[in-house]
Amino acid sequence: MLFNIIVVSVYIAVLSYLAYIGYKGTKNTKDYLVGGGQIHPFIMALSYGAAFISTSAIVGFGGFAAFFGMSLLWLTFLTIAVGVLISFVIYGKRTRKIGHNLGAHTFPEFLARRFQSHGIQKFVGLVIFLFMPVYAAAVMIGAAKYFEIALNINYLAALFFTSVIVAMYVFFGGLKGIMYSDAFQGGLMFFSMLFLVIYTYAQLGGIVEAHTRLTGLAALPEVAEQLKAIKMPPVFNGWTAMPEFLSINWLVVVTSIVMGVGIGVLAQPQLAVKFMTVKSNRELNRAVPIGGVFVLMMTGVAFTVGALANVRFFEDTGKLAVVAAGGIDKIIPLYLSTYLPEWFGAIFMIMLIAAGMSTLSSQFHAISTAFGHDLVNVTRKSERQQVLINRLGVLLAFAVTLSLAYYLPKIWSGAIARATAIFFGLCAASFLPMYTGALYSRRISRLAAWIGMSAGFAVSLFWMCFVHSSTATALGICSALLDKASLFDKTCRWSYVDPIIVALTISAITTIILTFTLRQDLDQKHLDQTFNGI
Amino acid sequence: MLGLQDNSIFFAYILSIASALICVLYGILNWNRGADNEADEIRSEQEWENEEEAINETL
Repeated sequence: MLFNIIVVSVYIAVLSYLAYIGYKGTKNTKDYLVGGGQIHPFIMALSYGAAFISTSAIVGFGGFAAFFGMSLLWLTFLTIAVGVLISFVIYGKRTRKIGHNLGAHTFPEFLARRFQSHGIQKFVGLVIFLFMPVYAAAVMIGAAKYFEIALNINYLAALFFTSVIVAMYVFFGGLKGIMYSDAFQGGLMFFSMLFLVIYTYAQLGGIVEAHTRLTGLAALPEVAEQLKAIKMPPVFNGWTAMPEFLSINWLVVVTSIVMGVGIGVLAQPQLAVKFMTVKSNRELNRAVPIGGVFVLMMTGVAFTVGALANVRFFEDTGKLAVVAAGGIDKIIPLYLSTYLPEWFGAIFMIMLIAAGMSTLSSQFHAISTAFGHDLVNVTRKSERQQVLINRLGVLLAFAVTLSLAYYLPKIWSGAIARATAIFFGLCAASFLPMYTGALYSRRISRLAAWIGMSAGFAVSLFWMCFVHSSTATALGICSALLDKASLFDKTCRWSYVDPIIVALTISAITTIILTFTLRQDLDQKHLDQTFNGI
Repeated sequence: MLGLQDNSIFFAYILSIASALICVLYGILNWNRGADNEADEIRSEQEWENEEEAINETL
């Protein structure tokens, strides 16, 4: 315990020092842009990666991998191929250029200026303000679950501890995203995960031996009994095999986790704005390798170690990881505090604080700009009123996030991954088709963008409230109105198809058809300005 | 392969590493590309940064 306190104190001291020299060194933006160009892509990639990968990915999705197995590695593949390569090269470069051409500073403002519609800005701002807290709650739960196990305190105390650190970080300067501390935190995350994977494989006898032991686990009769006891849906093929095609497990893993997050990453408001912070496409090119390796080290390690945790738990206690931990979200924290050296536990704790804070700060930055800049449009008011309105918005969102972080674990096992997937899916269904059109099509009209976005949002919300079993049950709207948990019963496969599959398909088809059939309602001069230099 | 029961997991494992390597390769091949009009880029970035700072001041 004393060792933990010393390590955390040293970490906070280093962070404060780096924040100070970073702030001092970059006070003059022009000096930074002209002179400090060398460091920019590295910082951008780490800041993007650290904002994308959080306690949610490591604790939540790592726990999901312990439950469902290494099939989650398809998500690792998508987060690199789609979340870094396609995102930076296909989306990032044009977002940066068009964003600068139109003078946009937030994701809602980007879409609004592209389609010359204040309504779009307010709608997108409202979606972010209302739903981003669900994702922020997922990140908070991840950190709190770790503190619950590592510090041996109850969940409420752990959540309080987490929220105090978050409040300090977010309200006292964390929003500015100081570059040296971002790089330090990213570096810390990288080396902690590198140690974690090497140590885990070494303890289990090497890569092939570790995988073989995990494969062998599924065939044991005691394991079958435990799987039955935890109500694992049939047919479970083991931790090193894909679930049976179109089975309930397959639908959860592929539609919610792999597709929901892997595709959803393209339309994340807090990540898209990062592209507008670099000075040229060269910086984005240089950010690709750093981002790719960083994301592999974060998600690849979390999902592999999560699945392999079953071997350690079973051989030691005779229990599967989820049984030993008493819940999906507790697996990674328990594994780390039981099987890793004590000194690493302290390092990992500050790494998780780093991972959580970098994501939460960009989330609350997105929420507060969505509220103050996009939704309320405070620029028309006095400076004092502006600051007051922004603070009110963040405080409100913070209170909602905290309440969700308290209640969600009570209603869902694996609340972190589910809550993350909801937000990613909703963003993809509502914004991805219009965002893609905004970047690549001169034909897409304001009306086409509006209808496509509304269709994606409406279908997504309907599917969540009335069809998708886990969200419909949690929200309770269907049971209040129709007296049943969801429109289809639990044996129907549609109940497990994630909203993103249906909603994104409908919004994409709607947007494409309307792009080619509706008359262009944006003037030629605006389109020339938008695509100037592309 | 690699002690994994299912080929599709093996592919996911390999493709994850391969895609990270492709990212590295892409970065090396394009390290100096995309900075043609650096003076213009810096000017437009400067304007954008000034506006961004003004927005952040109110947060």
